[in-house]
Amino acid sequence: MSDLGSVVDQALHEVASCSALAALEDCRVRWLGKKGGLTEQLKALGSLPASERPAAGARINEAKARVQEAIEARRAELERAQDEARLSAGRIDVTLPGRGELRGALHPVTRARLRIEAIFRSAGFDVAEGPEIEDDFHNFEALNIPADHPARAMHDTFYFADGRLLRTHTSTVQIRAMLARGAPLAVIAPGRVYRSDSDVTHAPMFHQLEGIVVDENISFANLKAVLHGFIEAFFERDLGMRLRPSYFPFTEPSAEVDMSCVFCDGAGCRICKQTGWLEILGCGMVHPNVLKASGVDPERYTGYAFGAGIDRLAMLRYGVNDMRLFFENDLRFLEQFPAF
Amino acid sequence: MRVPISWLQEWVTVPWSAAELGSRLTMAGLELDAIEPAAPPFTGVVVAQIVEALPHPQADKLRVCQVTTGSGPVLQIVCGASNARAGLRTALATVGAELPGGIAIKAAKLRGVESRGMLCSSRELGLSEGNPGILELPQDAPLGASLREYLKLDDTTIELNVTANRGDAMSVIGVAREVAALGGGALQTPAVAAVAPVLPDRQPVRLEAPDACPRFAGRIIRGIDNTRPTPVWLRERLRRAGVRSISPAVDVTNYVLLELGQPMHAYDLAKVEGTIAARMARPAESLTLLDGRHVALEPDMLVIADEAGPVGVAGVMGGERTAVSATTRDLFLEVAWFAPESIRGRARRLGLHTDASQRFERGVDPAGQVRAMERATALLLEMAGGRPGPVVMTEEPARLPVRSPVTLRRARLTRLLGIAVPDGQVNSIFQSLQMQVAAAGEGWSVTPPPHRFDIAIEEDLVEEVARIMGFDAVPERPATRQQVFLPLPEAVAPERAYLETLVGRGYHEIITFAFVDPALQGALFPQVETLALANAIASDLSVMRISLWPGLVRAALENQRRQQDRIRLFSHGARFVVTQGTLSEVDSLAGIALGRRLPEQWGSSDARESHDFFDSKADLTALLAGTGAADEFSFEAATLPCLHPGRSARVLRSGAAVGWIGELHPRLIRELGFHQAPVLFEMDVVALRVALPQGREISRFPQVRRDLAVVVPEKVSFSALRERVVLSGSSFLRNVRLFDVYRGAGIEEGRKSIALGLIFQEISRTLTDDEVDRAVAAVVADLRENLDARIRE
Repeated sequence: MSDLGSVVDQALHEVASCSALAALEDCRVRWLGKKGGLTEQLKALGSLPASERPAAGARINEAKARVQEAIEARRAELERAQDEARLSAGRIDVTLPGRGELRGALHPVTRARLRIEAIFRSAGFDVAEGPEIEDDFHNFEALNIPADHPARAMHDTFYFADGRLLRTHTSTVQIRAMLARGAPLAVIAPGRVYRSDSDVTHAPMFHQLEGIVVDENISFANLKAVLHGFIEAFFERDLGMRLRPSYFPFTEPSAEVDMSCVFCDGAGCRICKQTGWLEILGCGMVHPNVLKASGVDPERYTGYAFGAGIDRLAMLRYGVNDMRLFFENDLRFLEQFPAF
Repeated sequence: MRVPISWLQEWVTVPWSAAELGSRLTMAGLELDAIEPAAPPFTGVVVAQIVEALPHPQADKLRVCQVTTGSGPVLQIVCGASNARAGLRTALATVGAELPGGIAIKAAKLRGVESRGMLCSSRELGLSEGNPGILELPQDAPLGASLREYLKLDDTTIELNVTANRGDAMSVIGVAREVAALGGGALQTPAVAAVAPVLPDRQPVRLEAPDACPRFAGRIIRGIDNTRPTPVWLRERLRRAGVRSISPAVDVTNYVLLELGQPMHAYDLAKVEGTIAARMARPAESLTLLDGRHVALEPDMLVIADEAGPVGVAGVMGGERTAVSATTRDLFLEVAWFAPESIRGRARRLGLHTDASQRFERGVDPAGQVRAMERATALLLEMAGGRPGPVVMTEEPARLPVRSPVTLRRARLTRLLGIAVPDGQVNSIFQSLQMQVAAAGEGWSVTPPPHRFDIAIEEDLVEEVARIMGFDAVPERPATRQQVFLPLPEAVAPERAYLETLVGRGYHEIITFAFVDPALQGALFPQVETLALANAIASDLSVMRISLWPGLVRAALENQRRQQDRIRLFSHGARFVVTQGTLSEVDSLAGIALGRRLPEQWGSSDARESHDFFDSKADLTALLAGTGAADEFSFEAATLPCLHPGRSARVLRSGAAVGWIGELHPRLIRELGFHQAPVLFEMDVVALRVALPQGREISRFPQVRRDLAVVVPEKVSFSALRERVVLSGSSFLRNVRLFDVYRGAGIEEGRKSIALGLIFQEISRTLTDDEVDRAVAAVVADLRENLDARIRE
């Protein structure tokens, strides 16, 4: 037992000279492990007379505690040093770009359409759909546009050999929704429509939004409130609105809806052709013939319907000045719309 | 339709500026398209007379004119117009005058001859495009008078867009009626006196289709001089209304059409053979029209014919054979009433759109024929002389439209508009529109005037009240509807979510036309039935797409042409599938990707690799994972003509085909000019239905992983291998992870090594090593037996 002091000194010296955590752990095992130097000392206690054992045991335990303490202190030092080393070595240029895939984008017309759907859903409208290839009944007859009606001249229609056609408006869904769901009813129907126009400002396919509400006491005053509410919700600002009498065979009374120009606030500019107004919607009270064709009793129910160009709404909202850009699918255009 | 305000003023007092008039008409349903001055600004132009016109000594084409303005000295003017002649009254721009375009008139020498002003053509004054000669004014034009005042050029023309239901408003008198109803002055009705006949001559007329033509007024006028110039005031009105002056006979018919809305037609009587009939076209009949075009007539077209055949398509356009010309001496004037449904659509079918057809299609006042005839006769006699016969009316009055009273219930009016309109206001609105109003029960009985064709039901009357009152008078009032909860089926994949999944993986959405190029579609899908448009606008937009791929391929190629080298596009929409003649519209989601695997970037060696099948499969798998039922989907090797036969698969959900994925066929890559191999996918959106997620218990006990490298023949697919592992693994096999596929050194030809991580875990206890060993052994034995596998050490 006389060499306990020198054993401890040696252990402490070794601990102090450890320069890595792994070496320190080896050192700990060497002195304090099951077969470590100091542990062996404890095992040797058995050879001492019983009277000396407590005192010797206490000294050994004290020595172990000193070494343990030194190891812990050294460990803390080394860990601190390691942290420091990691900090100085691990410095990176945080301005380098991240790795992996970039975000694509929704088409701006889809973006506008989904926004419109969300706005109308929040106002209690369900979203309905209908086929794009239609028959004469749903596209014209049921909408009070018989053959040779002058209004057909405004619908440059794509036909198929069997007489079916590509729908010229989403008003077809008015009929389908009423026939399928009956009254009362509040739906919008966004979708693709087709006209055989081919000039600069018209694409042969574009997007329309149809809306219809039928209930027991639906009035023109309600129609005005909904349209104004929608326009202001879509553009997120106060906007003037005016209704001008117009003519659609499937509504009576009918109106064209103008909103104050979002570019000049109604002062007059190039976009609104100096009128201060932008034509944005067509609407009216559902014609009783249309209600009848859709199995709804026009004496019991009244309703309104409206239609708008989604492409035009998207152009106004997102500052796109040429509708053709929507269908050219140029990545340099599409990349301008990555936002959620 | 264009209306000069000065013309309108003859029929009604317009107490408003042109802009105010336009705005009021717009808000009543006659939309203002444009306001134009009758003439551009110019000054210093007066009425003058050429006293003498002599050839210019130095220039063949010029004349030296002596011109008087009635007072002051005679002016010497050099003029190049061929119609400059002694005695002509014309327009003189005096020295100091300013002409349109800022041209200032100064004293000048032209080829050595002094000229103190300029004689003007209508073109130089901005009045019309045609006629290069100087203006020809009547002999009674007051010398020295300002031309602007004499021709009333300080006038404004409003151009209105009249809707298809308002034929009654397509005339000066029609617009005047609206102005009166909107609070302008009372409607003036200039007296149209009957012109007494001086000849007994009558042209026989027979109505063979009296429903289509129940009234035909005719009149013979003999001995006109159709070479005389049309008076300048009438020509000016026609010009402002957008109609070219032709000859007195034609100009008069156009004038009456514009003023009264009654189309009429003048025939050269000498060319009419025998009785005129209004009848339906006969089979195989044809006609050369006034404009020289030869058209085939259809049996539902009403024609005017003489005994030699058709002389005009009723209500659309007259024929060439009986057309009036400069030499016409004797006229037959037709003022008929044709039923709108007999005229509608016929002009369009003939590729025509005439002033007459526009009005007849919408409805012409059935009470206006005699007035129009007398008005035209009086004007024509004044302009071209001639001796009129009697107005001969051939008619079946019982077949003319009768305006029946329409009932308007006060409650219905209130209910539809959402506000109550005072009775007095309702009455005065109807009266202002020349409707007869009587109180009837709880409302009104209203009889529209003959010129209104759009008042048949109660709602039509509601519209009249609303538009005259002004739509602005109706307040905005939200509906009070019953509170309802809209269905929100969770099984329906939210569109935004699945679109965003692809957006998040670097795809840009495109929208392409639903009709595509049959050549491209046929190259991708040979021998597949498609639906073709009967009237396509272009051959490359002529068949309905059976897949979104033609649109995606074309857009990818166009972007490649724009120097994009990494392209990831997707599209959502209907494809139009024809199966044994039956069409279905299939809502589809499809994509195309080519170029680098990742955008150009630093520090990722992988990024430079080319996008391949498995990159697209990862994108598609991410999409399918959104269903919460990824396990229900499988990919099965299958071929399409447009895909690489070794790199294409059908996508199945629970065994049903719902999509395709594959690399474009190398032949198409070459033929279409792709620089890199695109990978395409297409899914039926309905297959993205969502499985309602259900929470499961999580094991609190450790999992055990054992790795296994299995060498199998090439023909063994991963899915077959996986299936055997899952079947033979114990009930506590939780997951099978693939971490390597290897071919090459150490593996014999025709085989591949597949490295799997098997994850075992029990929910209620810790697994023993022994249990796991036995489970792995069972898997190994199964693979040996069923897949000819061996385990790689």
